[in-house]
This record gives sequence, C-alpha cells and structure tokens, in this order.
Amino acid sequence: MRVTFGQHLLGIRGLERPQVEYLLDTAKEFIEVNERAIKKVPTLRGKTVVNLFLEPSTRTRTSFEIAAKRLSADAVNIGAKDSSVTKGESLLDTVLTLQAMAPDVIVMRHPQSGAAHYAASRLTNSAVINAGDGLHEHPTQALLDALTIRETLGKLTGLKIALVGDVLRSRVARSNIFLHTLFGNEIRAVAPPTLLPQELSSLGVKLYTDINKAIEGADVVMSLRMKYEYLSEAFIPSTDDYCKRFIITEPLLARHAPDSIVLAPGPFYRGVELTSEVVDGPRSQISKQVNYGVAIRMAAIFILAARSNRSVEESLQEGAL
Amino acid sequence: MKPIKGVLLKGGRVIDPATQLDGERDLLIDGERIVGVETPGAFAGVKDLDVIDVSGKLVVPGLIDLHVHLREPGYEWKETVLTGTDAAAAGGFTTVCCMPNTKPVNDKAEVTRHIIRKAEEAGFARVLPIGAITKGQEGKELSEMVELYEAGCVAFSDDGFPVMNAGVMRRALEYVSMLGAVLTVHEEERTLSDGFAMNEGKTAVKLGLRGFPGAAEEIMISRDIELARLTNSRVHFCHVTTARGVELIRRAKNDGIPVSGECTTHHFTLTEEACEGFNSQAKCSPPLRTDEDREALLRGIMDGTLDAIASDHAPHENDSKECDFPSASNGMLGLQLTVPLALAQVRAGKLSLPRMIEALTVSPAKAFRITPPALKAGAIADIAVINPEERVLLTKSYLRSKSKNTPFLNQELQGICIMSFLGGKRVFDYLSMNSQQSSK
Repeated sequence: MRVTFGQHLLGIRGLERPQVEYLLDTAKEFIEVNERAIKKVPTLRGKTVVNLFLEPSTRTRTSFEIAAKRLSADAVNIGAKDSSVTKGESLLDTVLTLQAMAPDVIVMRHPQSGAAHYAASRLTNSAVINAGDGLHEHPTQALLDALTIRETLGKLTGLKIALVGDVLRSRVARSNIFLHTLFGNEIRAVAPPTLLPQELSSLGVKLYTDINKAIEGADVVMSLRMKYEYLSEAFIPSTDDYCKRFIITEPLLARHAPDSIVLAPGPFYRGVELTSEVVDGPRSQISKQVNYGVAIRMAAIFILAARSNRSVEESLQEGAL
Repeated sequence: MKPIKGVLLKGGRVIDPATQLDGERDLLIDGERIVGVETPGAFAGVKDLDVIDVSGKLVVPGLIDLHVHLREPGYEWKETVLTGTDAAAAGGFTTVCCMPNTKPVNDKAEVTRHIIRKAEEAGFARVLPIGAITKGQEGKELSEMVELYEAGCVAFSDDGFPVMNAGVMRRALEYVSMLGAVLTVHEEERTLSDGFAMNEGKTAVKLGLRGFPGAAEEIMISRDIELARLTNSRVHFCHVTTARGVELIRRAKNDGIPVSGECTTHHFTLTEEACEGFNSQAKCSPPLRTDEDREALLRGIMDGTLDAIASDHAPHENDSKECDFPSASNGMLGLQLTVPLALAQVRAGKLSLPRMIEALTVSPAKAFRITPPALKAGAIADIAVINPEERVLLTKSYLRSKSKNTPFLNQELQGICIMSFLGGKRVFDYLSMNSQQSSK
C-alpha cells in the first residue's frame, strides 16, 4: 500500500496508523545512517529547513538542526529573540516572510496551542512540522517514543503504557495518547488530580491517582516533566509533596512493573520525577530516545521535503540513502 | 421625523405578542405611527398608499437586542454606531442596547450622549446605551449611575469584566434600585477561567486549550441570585450558556427573586466542537458549550426561564482573528444572524415561532423595563418584516457590519428580515439592497 502524506506534520491526531508506521520505518533507515562514521546523506541537497523556535528549546531544536544537516539540507535557526516577534510582528507576517524566502520546511515551536495549525493554514508552499505548540501536540516526540518502544520491545501493539506526572500541561502526553490510541494500546495516566484533566477519559485514557495501580503490569512507564513554565498557578503544593506519591523509583518498578522500560522526554528532574537509579539504570531508554529523535526528525523532514518531487519509495529504491 | 406617505403592509402574518395577535392582517402606517391592524381588505378604501404585498411573510414588532457591541467611541475600525445600527436594521432590530466597553468606557454622560447622538444621526435603530457599573469597568468605585441614567442609559453592566467584589455588586444593586434600572451581568469567576480559550471539556482536552468550566459561570450566577434576593434589585444574566445556569435561574424565578436572563443564537446553535481545527471564528466568551447545554438553553427560552434572545453582536476586524487560537479576540457577529438562526430552531421544532418573536420583542423589553413595542393603532411604527422562506448566502457583502467575523460566513441561511421600519421610515429593504448590488 502506498502511504501518502499531507503538506504538513502538525500532530499525531489526523494521522492514520500506516502513516505512523511509515514514519517509523523511514526513521529506522536513518538510525543506520546515524551510526556511520560519515553521518551524512546527500538526499536533501539544495533544500532549506528553517527552525522557527519561538519558545526556548535546546534539545528539540538541536535535534532538528542535526537532522536537517545530516540530510544535507541547509538549516537556519531562528529564536524568539532573533525574530521580529519581539518587535511586535504578527505570527502571520513572520511565517509569510519566511515563506517568501522559499524554505522547503518550517519547523515551528510556539508557546500557544494551535499556532502551527494556524501558520500551516496560511502557507501555500512551505511544509510545517510542529515541534511543539503550547499544551497541544509534539508529534515528533511521540514518534521517537514509539520508535524507541518498538525497537526495544519489538512491537508497538498490545502494550500497557503508563504516563506519570504533569499530564495537564504536557503536549508530549497528548501526542502519545493519540499515537497509542491508533495502535490500540492501553493508556493509563497518573498524577495528582490538579494535573490530571478528567476529560482525558473521553479519549479512552484510564486515570489514576495511585502510582502503584497505574504502573501495575505496565510495559512502558513514561515520565512527564513538570512544566513550570506553563500556567503560573500552583498546581501542587511543592515538588517535595509531589515526590511522596509520584516519584518513579526502581523498587516501585521492580514490584509492579518488573519488565517495564522507562522513557522520559527530557529535560527531566532527577529526584523529583524519577530517581537517579532509574535514570541511569537498565530500564532507562532516555539516551536511545534522544538518539532516535534525530532519526525521526530526519524522517519527518525527508518525507515532507521530498513530497514535492519524488516519493520516499523512489528515493529509497534509488539507494539515495 | 417628517411625515411620510402612508404604507400598507398587505396580507402578512402579523404576530404581536403584546396584543396576543397572530393572524393574517393588513397593517397601515401613516407618518411615524401605526394607523391600524385590521382584517385583510379593511383599508381597501384608503387612497394614495404605498402598498407592499407581504403575503407569506411575517410582520412583527421591531426586534429588541439587549446585548450588542457598537465599538464606538474608541474602536471605530471594528464597528461604528452607523454600521452597527445599519446591521441592526438589516437584522430586523429597531432597538439595540450597547455595552459600555468602549474607549473611553461608557461611565460618563458625555459618552452616553455621544452614542445616542450618533445613533440619531444614523437613523437606523434606537440605541439604548448600557452604562458601566463601576468607573472604568474596574470593579471598584460605582460609576455615576444617576447621571448616566438621566443621559439615557437603560441598564448597567461591566460586561466582560464582572464585578468580582460582592460588596461592590451589592451596593450597585441597591443604588440602581432607586432608578428602577437593571444590572446586566456577564458571569465569570475569573480565577476559574483564567487564560481560557474555550469550554473546558472534551474538545479542549484534545486541542490542548485552557478551559472555562461551566462552574465559573454558575458560581457567579448563584452569587448574584443571592444578591438579588438580598437587595430585591433586578439582575439580568447576559448570555447564559450552561444547563445548570438555566436551572439556577429557573429556581430563582420560582422563588420569586427578581432575575431575568438571555441566550445568544450562537450558544443555542453551536457547540464546543465548532472550535475544532482551531477555528478562531468560533472563539467567544463565555465559550460555546455542549449539545446538552444547547438543548437546555432552548428549553429555557421556551419555558420563559430565559427571557430574551440576544445577539452579543461582537464585531472584530479580521486581523484580530488571524492568529493562533488562544490569542484571537472573543466574539462573533450576531445582528444579521439572529433571525435566521432562531428560525432554524423553529423549523427544528425546538422553539415555537410565537415564543421566538416574544423573546425578541416583549420579553427583552420587560427584562430591561423599557416600553414594549406593539402592533396596534397609535403605536410607533417600529416593524420588522421577515420572510421565513428566503435563503441567503452569508457573504461579506450581505453583512452590513464593518467587521465580518462569523463562523457562518459563506454558509446558506434560511429566513431573514427583508424590511425594517423605524418610526414609520423604511430603514432596510432587502430587495432594493439586492438590486443596488446587482446594478453595481
């Protein structure tokens, strides 16, 4: 079956399962590229990728930049401080100005939910990859998580996935929920009720406030970061108080989810969300996530940038990789 | 207004809630007043009339809108009194009450008089300004309500900035009670709705948008019901949006507490799902709710719990909607959408036609204690003629407002006002508007 993609990658919601599988398969090819001594393929020579990051980010922006460069695309980074946004320019004018310079892909991070959708709705030529919009979605993160799970456990179906922590403010959680819904996995979320929107149950998520029950028999335990930078109110009395009930420890995992692997999108807070024993232990897939993140972003950029001229299959068959 | 030639509206279905009339009648206008409303043919002997055949059409009292934003003074790029009342006339409204959130805020008689003067110059509709409850809508010091009332304000509101201090609200209710004026309140406990973009619920959780829970509205409705009871002063609830809110008002009315309420056409037509795809045209405050709420609102209008249908006509220039969803301005146009959207509910069997007309004429007049319009001999000829069959494509050129923000743009709507009379003067005529456009 031929898998086709739209102009943009704005969220996991809106993707079909074959599209996700195709992205993961393509990324897998790139994992191999990233293991070579010369980590570069000529595939996107002459293509331009703009990283428009209107919110602070180090790891995602770096990951996208490395991904673009390893595909031989020219990568340009624009941060909030460099852009005319600080001079009061509207988002519309910012993206139209960029589009006029004919980039093939605009990778966009923005503090408001829906910003990437809005930009995409006004762009006729450039493709938009959503690298995180407010509290909404962060699709490449969920994809790299899925790739990590599939490569580690050998499958992406029939799994129990436990999301632990700040679900309310987590775009990573939302993208993962949409993704694992596509694969029919059991999704659980556990957090203090202040960080656990009850409406998530309408998406098929099982909600818990007891971490012991939430991770019971889980295949994947995913730690979510406390997003202090979003919404200023105090959702928890203190991180100390949070830790008493929700920190992920090795004894806890050993007792309730002995076969589980642990993922964390990062950055994470040791001693608050997970203990160092877990972060540095054998369950932790955190380094692999970062590594696969580059491959996933290569796949996303490649698919969207190549869309206009030749198909991914053709490129793969030609051995352009 | 100078005398004009007599006009005979011939053979229409005349619905007048004030006189309990619903039947085929001829209606004769002479000058600014109605001469009579009689059985068809009764005016056959009167000569030299401008006869308009309105058979198959509805002839109703000029509609009253308790909740519009005319944006003048201060935001004339969004709307002016002229363009807003033009839209009112085109929507069948001959009386509109405009909210005080202008710049400067309508907390001074000069502002009130400015608005009224502009409306008189425009000549499209009667504008009854709503004054601010507190100076600058800041919720602290009461505005000079006697002065505002004497200048022409009919009610008071801080609109989108609810008076959070219950003590200030109590004093405001007590103070206006000597005027017999009403406080009309947007209910929102802002510590619960802080930073909201839409209804808190299933759609918001998918879109990652912050929610305005129904409870934020209901808590304030509850508070103000108690304050109305305490002060025995009338509270009118603007744009009620939740099933529970309707129930609270229903109980308060049963308890004899002086409250009234309104519902907008968009809140009883659309749900939170209209925000899908980050459609900023569906962003409004209070937000669109759920289907269950929508049904409860319609039942509330039918049983009289909600007195009035209002538009909350909120014009915004395109740029203020051209951005990410949370940053977009709240609100949508309403004046030309009210009749078609309400008629759609009549066709769906959710509203009765007589109650719909009542909720747009007599009921809102009573809620604000203004003289109710009537179709009877000697009454001022404020009249709307509605063609329930006429279909219209809602284009930018059909919309008379300066702004064009509506989620219904380019949709076909059925049932529109085709003619409006203000004091006997024909201020809107759909047919001549169409012929003007086609001749351009």
